[in-house]
Amino acid sequence: MIVQDIVEKLGLKVCSGANGLNREIEGGYTSDLLSDVMGNADENHVWVTLQTHKNIMAIASLKELAAIVLVKGYEPEADTLEQSNEEGIPILSSEEEAFELTGKLYEIINQAK
Amino acid sequence: MEFKFAIEGGNFSKAGSASSEVKKILKQLNVNPKIIKRTVVSLYEAEVNVVAHAFEGCMNVDIDTDKIIVKIEDKGPGIPDIDQAMQEGYSTATPQVREMGFGAGMGLPNIKRNSDQMNITSKVDVGTEVEIINYFG
Repeated sequence: MIVQDIVEKLGLKVCSGANGLNREIEGGYTSDLLSDVMGNADENHVWVTLQTHKNIMAIASLKELAAIVLVKGYEPEADTLEQSNEEGIPILSSEEEAFELTGKLYEIINQAK
Repeated sequence: MEFKFAIEGGNFSKAGSASSEVKKILKQLNVNPKIIKRTVVSLYEAEVNVVAHAFEGCMNVDIDTDKIIVKIEDKGPGIPDIDQAMQEGYSTATPQVREMGFGAGMGLPNIKRNSDQMNITSKVDVGTEVEIINYFG
């Protein structure tokens, strides 16, 4: 399963990092606490959050996450978007809340396994 | 091999850049990816602590054949009670920093979990030094 697959299946908006849409997804993590994500998310995970500032990209890059999905229609800040394009780690956006989105992602990712 | 990276207090837009440089070096040296991951988590947390709490600091990296030793030193308020600071959930971060998703009181515990050795020394109103050692073997 790649990032493009979840974009299509869930109708997500690609905010930035389109050059990374072929990144492999192996799981996910949902949290708005950065140290929680740092400590518990894993490589190739998709991260669901409402945080939009640049530090989410630092974490995505250091942890080699597959993509970030912002909830409730949030959009990344300008410098976040820029780093996402540089690193090729996509930031996607969903109109849904974290609970619904995480449930759908969980189902899709586990079906693909 | 020794490297030194400056860390700016208060500048969140650069938080993680020193850790990112160290990660690149460890990858070039073909260090075991699991050890790189652990090291990156612990260094990032230490770096963010300097950004969130101190005026300025630096990350001193010493890479040996069998281990990496990193000392993160800062000039800042220091930690009055290190045992308390080590408790999961304890934080003195400002509301502004917490709103960004930092300051959950998970930083120092994350460092402890992701390092083979961790030493903290601190002087109130002077600064803090965190030493992180991870073995490659």
